Amino acid sequence: MIQDELNRRLFLRNSSLSVGTAALATLLASPGRANEVTPTGHVALPGFPNFTPKAKRIIYLFQSGAPSQMDLFDPKPMLESRRGENLPESIRQGQRLTTMTSGQANFPVAPTIFKFAQHGQSGMWMSELLPNMASIADEFCMIRTVKTEAINHDPAITFSQTGSQLAGRPSIGSWLSYGLGSENQDLPAYVVLTSFGSGRPDDQPLYDRLWGAGFLPSKHQGVKFRNKGDAVLYLSNPPGIDSVSRRGTLDRIAALNRQHYDQVGDPEIQTRIAQYEMAFRMQTSVPELLNVSNEPQSVLDMYGPDVKRPGSYAANCLLARRLAERDVRFVQLFHMGWDHHGGLPAAIRGQCRDTDQATAALIKDLKQRDLLKDTLIIWGGEFGRTIYSQGGITATDYGRDHHPRCYTMLLAGAGVKAGTTYGETDDYCYNTVRDPVHVHDLNATILHLLGIEHTKLTYRYQGRDFRLTDIHGEVIKGLLV
Amino acid sequence: MFSPYSESSMTRRLFLVLLALLSDRLVNAADRLSFNRDIRPILSDACFQCHGPDDKQRKAGLRLDEKESALKPAESGAAAISPGNVETSELIKRLISDDDNLRMPPQGSGKTISPKQIELIKQWITEGAEYQGHWAFIPPVRPELPKVASAKPETLNPIDVFIRSRLEREGIAHAPEADKTTLIRRVSLDLTGLPPTPGEVDDFLKDRSPYAYEQVVDRLLKSPRYGERMAQQWLDFARYADSNGFQVDSSRYQWPWRDWVINAFNDNLPFDQFTIEQLAGDLLPNATRAQIVATGFNRNHRLNGEGGIIAEEWRVETVIDRVETTGMTWLGLTLNCCRCHDHKYDPITQRDFYQLFAFFNNVPESGTLQGESKNTDPVVAVPSDEQALLIAKLDREIKMAETRIADETKKLPEYIAAWEPSFKAKLADNRGTVWSPLQPTEVKSEAGATLTKLADGTYLASGENPAHDTYTIVARLPAGSFTGLLLECFPDESLPNKSLGRYPNGNFVLSRVEADVTTPGLAESLKAKFVKAEATYSQKGWEIGLVLDDVPSNGWAVDGPSRREATSAMFLIDGTMTVPENATITVRLKHDALGQHNIGRFRLSFTSLPPSTVKLDGAKFPEALKTILELAAKDRSAAQNAELETFFKANVDSPLKQADVALANLKKQQASVIASVPNVMVMQEGPLREGFVLIRGEYDKRGDKVIANLPSVFSSRPPDKPLNRLDLARWIVDPSNPLTGRVWMNRLWEKFFGTGLVKTSENLGSQSEFPSHPELLDWLAVEFTQGAKPWDMKSIQKLIVMSATYRQSSHRVRGGENSDPENRLLAYGPRFRLSAEMLRDQALFASGLLVEKLGGPSVRPYMPDGVWDETSRYGDLRGYKHDINEGLYRRTMYTIWKRTAAPPSMLLFDAPNREICTVKRSRTNTPLQALTLLNEVTYVEAARKLAERMLLEGGASPKDRLSLGFRWATSRRPTESELAVLTEGLNQDFSHMKTHPELAKQIVSNGESKANLSFDADELAAYALTANVLLNLDEVVTRE
Repeated sequence: MIQDELNRRLFLRNSSLSVGTAALATLLASPGRANEVTPTGHVALPGFPNFTPKAKRIIYLFQSGAPSQMDLFDPKPMLESRRGENLPESIRQGQRLTTMTSGQANFPVAPTIFKFAQHGQSGMWMSELLPNMASIADEFCMIRTVKTEAINHDPAITFSQTGSQLAGRPSIGSWLSYGLGSENQDLPAYVVLTSFGSGRPDDQPLYDRLWGAGFLPSKHQGVKFRNKGDAVLYLSNPPGIDSVSRRGTLDRIAALNRQHYDQVGDPEIQTRIAQYEMAFRMQTSVPELLNVSNEPQSVLDMYGPDVKRPGSYAANCLLARRLAERDVRFVQLFHMGWDHHGGLPAAIRGQCRDTDQATAALIKDLKQRDLLKDTLIIWGGEFGRTIYSQGGITATDYGRDHHPRCYTMLLAGAGVKAGTTYGETDDYCYNTVRDPVHVHDLNATILHLLGIEHTKLTYRYQGRDFRLTDIHGEVIKGLLV
Repeated sequence: MFSPYSESSMTRRLFLVLLALLSDRLVNAADRLSFNRDIRPILSDACFQCHGPDDKQRKAGLRLDEKESALKPAESGAAAISPGNVETSELIKRLISDDDNLRMPPQGSGKTISPKQIELIKQWITEGAEYQGHWAFIPPVRPELPKVASAKPETLNPIDVFIRSRLEREGIAHAPEADKTTLIRRVSLDLTGLPPTPGEVDDFLKDRSPYAYEQVVDRLLKSPRYGERMAQQWLDFARYADSNGFQVDSSRYQWPWRDWVINAFNDNLPFDQFTIEQLAGDLLPNATRAQIVATGFNRNHRLNGEGGIIAEEWRVETVIDRVETTGMTWLGLTLNCCRCHDHKYDPITQRDFYQLFAFFNNVPESGTLQGESKNTDPVVAVPSDEQALLIAKLDREIKMAETRIADETKKLPEYIAAWEPSFKAKLADNRGTVWSPLQPTEVKSEAGATLTKLADGTYLASGENPAHDTYTIVARLPAGSFTGLLLECFPDESLPNKSLGRYPNGNFVLSRVEADVTTPGLAESLKAKFVKAEATYSQKGWEIGLVLDDVPSNGWAVDGPSRREATSAMFLIDGTMTVPENATITVRLKHDALGQHNIGRFRLSFTSLPPSTVKLDGAKFPEALKTILELAAKDRSAAQNAELETFFKANVDSPLKQADVALANLKKQQASVIASVPNVMVMQEGPLREGFVLIRGEYDKRGDKVIANLPSVFSSRPPDKPLNRLDLARWIVDPSNPLTGRVWMNRLWEKFFGTGLVKTSENLGSQSEFPSHPELLDWLAVEFTQGAKPWDMKSIQKLIVMSATYRQSSHRVRGGENSDPENRLLAYGPRFRLSAEMLRDQALFASGLLVEKLGGPSVRPYMPDGVWDETSRYGDLRGYKHDINEGLYRRTMYTIWKRTAAPPSMLLFDAPNREICTVKRSRTNTPLQALTLLNEVTYVEAARKLAERMLLEGGASPKDRLSLGFRWATSRRPTESELAVLTEGLNQDFSHMKTHPELAKQIVSNGESKANLSFDADELAAYALTANVLLNLDEVVTRE
């Protein structure tokens, strides 16, 4: 708390506002605040957003394990004639490989066995594995040249979510909670939903740090909704305590705390009283959020049969829409199971079955509710995969190792140049030929869509002003309307 | 994360504004300005990035952090600073210029400087622009005690002299002493992490002696709880955990190191020794085992075991982690910037960083994880006293068994003579080859793979490759005997990598082989217990013997990615199994260790020969031995006799064999005791590795060679001999080190006052906040490092808690808010929320559930289902089951800690996840915390046990009972109006419970501990609801 205040104060000092009157004006200008007795408002930092945002909220559909871009988005038809040939050294250029394949004697080119076609007005290429997403191709902005720095899962997914390969930095959602505050009085500003994929039995794991607050105050950490038991930890009253008892308990806690406040005079006590009331409200608002029984059948059908299974990707997509409706700032889905070192064709079919229909449904559903215009959708994983096969290659089977140099991600919704395919990779989908987009650039662009100048959202820690994009990142204008 | 968060309360918001409006710090305008206090922070923030220590970033050749550079003409020809002359100082011109291109800091740099700050710089230049080195890099000198008007200095604790004199200067009154109840609760929580009992409070209240408080302090410092309390924070610094972190995040066992820390605090090991032993205990002459265990500090870092990693990359990360953790923990410096470039604010270069790196670079380690469920080398064994005794006892018994063997060996010729005839007869029966292929009637995959029989009798797997398959093979077994199985594995074109296994890289891991024999006539099948296994090849770390144990996570692998040769393994039972008529054998090949690591193509055979005669390659019974047996005993040569004896000893049951078995059993027993001895990962000096500056911090971009050395800012002289870790440790605690004493004193201050004298306790470099009381910090640092009791941790803490400043009331003093909204001057005592550990410990303590036991392996208290499993299917830390007895009620610091899924109720109360060194926790106030304290089973169970305590010990009247509960929770007695709220609540709850007895029954059954059945459930439940109220009061979760 104290550290947070210090940082906010430093913020005032560092921000372009002239310290003093402008800050005062910002703080007092919001109607109603001056009369409040109890604290409300997990408010934005002064001066934030820095300019009018295009997006009010984000739904990040993270595909953990790294989907294969050449089987889904980036066709290389000329490679059909090179099937099984060794990847030319002129392409590989001695770049480092994981030790899973660095010992391989050969790097046989494995062209995709899946068919590609152009879709929509824009003629965007997508593979036959994603028929539903292809049907709304014009909603997407496809980036084929995302680049990361890590080649192993743990550091790469950490890099993608926090801007650093090493543990300890805040996740994107935490930065947004810190910078922009919450739009909702009864729900967290940052919600995380996870699902296991059917594409691979040993899914790559996830880690608390991916939604952690790092050095930001821990209240900015994401709240991971659990797939069994209480969705929010400790939400339910314990056995035997009904709402009558609980109301009585809260009233007594408040009464005693108020008496104590009169003695001690510490405003922190009033905050605590307010938090207990908020906890009580959440006990209603969260179950109400999760209760999908009033969703019409037509909506459920849109998301597919999996939507009925709690904890599935489809169920999480529907929940993401309900969270977006309630103005939760940042909803992050993680769908596991995309790490296809071997047996890729079978496994990727499973992953696409898990995700294709629900992803398309989410976008259509948001659009029909007029929410897509201020919701940013992001789809993608922590890196791409190699054109060469890991292990043997047959007419119907191959595997792919990790590839950080270029991979595909999709954007849709608020402020995004829909129907665009951005960036170009070489003939082997191994190097970027045109328009690279580093993870830092992507994150800078995401912040930009939320009205944040990424160099301004900083936090003083260990004597240094840290930010999501470290000392890098450029907003990629070509992705924006 | 939720809306009504505390920091934006109206009051706080106003403080914030006032702070911004008034000034950036508490500067008394009449004072002469001090460069370090008033000017350096402004320049450091706004200018040093381009005009500071980093010469690669430096613009215009100008440094403002050094006097020489700032005063001499820069590239432009003008001097930035002309002492005494604001008009000719280019710095001021540039700060106030109207020209956007000239004005500093540049537009777009994100840096600003306020008019007030410019005024300060002008005043400082006018006063002569006197520079000082960064205060924290100048060794502290014991300052004179300042004057205090209101009291004679000698009647005050020196701490109070500094605090009071400052308050007097600011014209702020100080608070009176806290009431005795608050005081004993405060000091008990601060020193031991637990509140006092009502009895301890009463004793203190009764004791009117002037030494009463001091006696309490002495008692608390002697309590073993003190060591636990101190160690808690140290575990955050040391990134201590029970898992390895990263992708796999499997278990490790560092608790012997944790126990060393607790004991070191309890033994009051001087801080210099405490430091030296943890950083370099292994290098001390004649290092004791405990001193080596202490070095576990720098092995508590994470270890990456992800498939496909480059080991050296992660070894470098490990060493860097040690540098950063050591720098942060002892020096309060953030060295991590220097991994890639010279520090932008502090005079530490990238070269300095890699010189420090070189100190930690020689540990014989690979950089990756050695295996699941174990520690990674180097390790040291830490036997308990019982284990050490048992090992010695077995040593003696082994000696006796060896004597018995010698005696029996003398009787060998008689034994052989008696055995020979029967063996000859048996041998005649057992002709033919050793291994007979099984002729399966059924071969199936339990998890859905397809197993196809090939012409050569082998079976080939195809189709789905499930995560963990089991192959079941059923075959007829001829009557006679059964002694073992042969498993042959073959490569196949259709398998990944054309190798032997089904995993994409061509490998397999066989975790277990089971076989049982059934016949229609047997009620129960005969289980074959395999005791011996041999293979023609095993992958390192995946030896064939691992198939025999019951551990599903290990097994036999064959380097499938690099080796594609047929490979066989045999599994033998102990002795011989007699096979009846019409028998069927069912063999199960299990693959539970790693996902999809299933065997690709295989064939099974069996044998009925005595196990000792069986060879993997199927060699027949030795012909030479047959020849010997055909000779009459008297015609055999000495060599032939020797050969026969060897065979007899190995294969035939006799008193000699029994003696052999007895010895083997003892040795096995001893080995298993030795294997159960815990070990702990420690530091060790291996062969010197060459050190390099790593360009941009990348492991494979080596620049200049470096050797271990101290940062040049602290030591300009080149070492006269090569330095090692011990030298580094000794330098850290050398009294001349300007940082260590201040850093530790500042941390203690933060512990007792909520905020450090330097608020940025994680950083004392030039970007740190200037201390609120610089002289006091220096005085404490000198007292601690060079005072009457140098480095004595208990004494210095006693000095702090004995001070009037520590003892004052935390009720707000009116009048100081405007000039000191954050109460940095300590006009009154701070109040702050208890840590995650203290909250849970307190609830267990008040309820009587707490089990106090120092140290030992980590325990598993309640945790919601799925916390470990919802996001991971890797590693051995899955399927969490809570303990059922004392493990539920130990102090929270003993809770098992998995880094990628840390205990959620701890994270909600601001505990870090222990992936990296953390020296300061945030302190938040959120609705999720309210939900935890209201609903988490630990707290609900504690409430019900506190209710029992109220009924059992609280007397007969509800008022007395409620008062007792209130006292256990808050330490004090309730006021009349508080009692009124509680009494009315109790009555309401009681009547609600009477009408809903089913609810009452549930309430008194929460948690694993048994309810006291002598109480009426309705009444007990009503008191439990009241206790739930008590344990949630602000006053209870706060240290006042």
